[in-house]
Amino acid sequence: MKSSVIVFPGSNCDRDMDVALRKFGFKNQMVWHDEDSVPKSDLIVLPGGFSYGDYLRCGSIAAKSKIINSVIDFAKSGGLVLGICNGFQILTETGLLPGVLQQNKFLNFICKNVYIKINDNKNKFFKNIKKNILELHIANNEGNYYCSDDELKSIEENNQIAVTYCNKEGLENEDHNPNGAIKNIAGIFNKEKNILGMMPHPERMIDSYLSGEDGSLFFKNLLENFK
Amino acid sequence: MEVTENIALEHGLNKEEYKNIRNLLKRVPNITELAIFSAMWNEHCSYKSSRKHLKKLHTKGNKVIQGPGENAGVIDIGDDDAIVFKIESHNHPSFIEPYQGAATGVGGIMRDVFTMGARPIANLNSIHFGSPHHKKTKNLLRGVVKGIGGYGNCIGVPTIAGQTSFDESYNGNILVNAMTLGLVNKNKIFYSKASGIDKPVIYVGSKTGRDGIHGASMASAIFDEKIEEKKPTVQVGDPFTEKLLLEACLELMADNSIISIQDMGAAGLTSSSIEMASKGNLGIELNLNKVPCREEKMTPYEIMLSESQERMLIILENGKENKAKKIFDKWNLDFAIIGKTTNSEKIELFFDNKSVANIPINLLAENAPVYDRKWKKTKLPQKLIIKKDDFKSLNLSDCLKKILKNPNISDKQWIWDQYDQTVMGDTIQKPGGDAGIVRVHGTNKAVAASVDSSASYCFAHPLTGGKQVVCESWRNLISVGAKPIALTNCLNFGNPEKEKNMGEFVECVEGITEASKYLDFPVVSGNVSFYNETKDKGIKPTPTIGGVGLIKEYKKMISMDFKKEGNLVLILGKTEGHLDQSVFAKEILAEKKGPPPSINLFNEKNIGGTVLKLIDQNLIDTCHDVSLGGILIAISKMCIKGKKGIKFNPIKGLINKFEFFFGEDQGRYVIEVSKTNIDKTKQILEENSVHYDEIGTVDKSNIILDNNTNLSVDELENENKNWLRNYMVN
Repeated sequence: MKSSVIVFPGSNCDRDMDVALRKFGFKNQMVWHDEDSVPKSDLIVLPGGFSYGDYLRCGSIAAKSKIINSVIDFAKSGGLVLGICNGFQILTETGLLPGVLQQNKFLNFICKNVYIKINDNKNKFFKNIKKNILELHIANNEGNYYCSDDELKSIEENNQIAVTYCNKEGLENEDHNPNGAIKNIAGIFNKEKNILGMMPHPERMIDSYLSGEDGSLFFKNLLENFK
Repeated sequence: MEVTENIALEHGLNKEEYKNIRNLLKRVPNITELAIFSAMWNEHCSYKSSRKHLKKLHTKGNKVIQGPGENAGVIDIGDDDAIVFKIESHNHPSFIEPYQGAATGVGGIMRDVFTMGARPIANLNSIHFGSPHHKKTKNLLRGVVKGIGGYGNCIGVPTIAGQTSFDESYNGNILVNAMTLGLVNKNKIFYSKASGIDKPVIYVGSKTGRDGIHGASMASAIFDEKIEEKKPTVQVGDPFTEKLLLEACLELMADNSIISIQDMGAAGLTSSSIEMASKGNLGIELNLNKVPCREEKMTPYEIMLSESQERMLIILENGKENKAKKIFDKWNLDFAIIGKTTNSEKIELFFDNKSVANIPINLLAENAPVYDRKWKKTKLPQKLIIKKDDFKSLNLSDCLKKILKNPNISDKQWIWDQYDQTVMGDTIQKPGGDAGIVRVHGTNKAVAASVDSSASYCFAHPLTGGKQVVCESWRNLISVGAKPIALTNCLNFGNPEKEKNMGEFVECVEGITEASKYLDFPVVSGNVSFYNETKDKGIKPTPTIGGVGLIKEYKKMISMDFKKEGNLVLILGKTEGHLDQSVFAKEILAEKKGPPPSINLFNEKNIGGTVLKLIDQNLIDTCHDVSLGGILIAISKMCIKGKKGIKFNPIKGLINKFEFFFGEDQGRYVIEVSKTNIDKTKQILEENSVHYDEIGTVDKSNIILDNNTNLSVDELENENKNWLRNYMVN
């Protein structure tokens, strides 16, 4: 399986994503933002970081970068696109995913482990995954997902809520919502479910000596679903 | 502008120094030259008060590749891998503008590390604030934490450990010390020494603006009520540009184009160009019209003094200019050839085709003033006599709860949650333990690091305090299973022109030297920050030690959280109940006098070495050193982290329970051992003559002190965790 990680100036989880993809069997390549197009791939990943410094709204400049047209074409033709953290922000800025990511509720950067519940597994990202609740890691300043009432209605109707913040047992409430996201949303799909954007970082949880191992489940399962 | 004595004084030079400059030059300097002298001769750049004493530091060892004198120190960790590291202060700017001050402190130290060819792999920080009741403390703390996070998080380097303290002596002068570790192939280290004549001098990075002019002189002055006016001397950080600069420099370093490289830190273009030339015994010629400027009509004076961030000076091999330029173009960074090396041994500056400065380099470097300042020894204070009656009214569990929420003991999660601790995917111990640990990417090795300081001990008796901090750092590394290799120090002190403050400096350095020599734990880098004083009030002497250790097989590392019910808990090292200068004495008895606990270097080395043996043989499950607050605080934290309890055995010996539980005797560790391994463990301890006491057994969820005292760990956790969060939110 071939994957491509897009590297923007200011991306800083690109290497971590590369390490994780390779560890679980993807043939990964790095693609610089200034390229005209993404080489043939089965999966495109927009990694975390601070693309172009995020001095404007997070992800907004990356959404206008040279490479992004090729990513949009790939996504619209049904190709699998994964955006983690800043990658999720970029996906909302391109319009491939609805909504926006605002500053966290307490106005602070948050770096910690969280639990997320998988809300839909009829898609290539989560099909057959062994667990319903994953322990993953967040590290962001703008992870507070928001969308209009109409958009919310639409994403709920289309089952586009991918993952939500919860406690260990799967309970979703305000106490287990680290950043104030609407409906505890940690990640969403597009209607066709070939695009996933989420704040948590599975690539930081890929062996037992790190903050946890549930990221391994995510990548193993993703590769299985390609076969 | 004609330079006069008054103008020289305004630049922070004294009359004697100005006279000296005229004699050396055999003429009156012009304003740009005066600026260069003032920048090079101030305390921050010249180390004029400290140099004499810093020479005594123990700086050699068989793992030391580069000791003090370069951008950072370098140690060998085997297999061609080397760790580059340094700690640096950014105290004065952080007090004036906490966000930018702290952010640029982090940026500056990371640049020092990647200048040497190393990719930064971990950040640490040691931050010290005034009393929590002081009106400025909360905002300063919030700003500093945001600044550190804002910069480090954006670059994508994990913050793996830190230290925060509160003390009223920092009311008018907070301390912000930032440390970075980088990883480099030991055959590909870059140095700042220039060599070769007619080599192009290249400027890369951000453009030069008017920010930070006189930053280094500000850091060499004491504050008064007009500090707000100094805001424009604080630099503004741009972590995005630094990230680009980091990647561009590492890309250029992958090939053999660079002869030498130096970041533009304090005193910007002035000190970087002069240091490179001075180390290579060369001259340097710069055309200041070629320097990329952000603002219009900048004068040579401003260009030379600007402390704009994210800039580097490189001396390239001839013919490599185009190749280098391509790399910097790719990363969208300025690249300008601004001069060349010469054999004149002078710095020669040109602007609008006119010579604007012409100074022999040795006058700026070797001829910089060195002072042998007067200093006063601090006598060891008399031991406190605490009456039995003073203990009578006290209740052990109340004391424990009160100390757990003492600002200096309380949990600092509110702070480190704001730092990215896990980016780069190799952090295997995060902040909150004895030391942070990152793996050496793609290997079985890991590097542990810790930052420590003990201002109260150093204030009471600087010589003991200096030794203690080194030992504390050593113990923190040992506690996670790392062999201590070397350290970096950030020496934060008051006004060196005062005998008492100078004495504190001299004796702390002596203490550091004695301990680091004995423990074979050399100093490889560091910096000195004097004049931490506002309106005559100086800070307590605060040498900060950043220790680095190596774990050969990271799977053998251990942590401080209790693991399993039924396991035995031992204290290694003798407990004698030293309460003077302890948190207990200050918090419960309101007593600030007395000597700090004494240091026995033989015991430190012996016990530390034995603990490493136990860890290496997989005999112990948990280890934590006993520090502030004594045994009961150490053990409470182990319970909280492991979500376990402990049942204590009855106390043996002559001391009372308060002395036993809260005494801060040095050189002690708490270890957890399973019943299977206890005999073998005891045997090794006995063979190595390590004193130990079996003090209890890991329990389910409570701390059971005796028949009458049984405390829930959950409740203690709340006491410990809530103080800072509540303080910051309310």
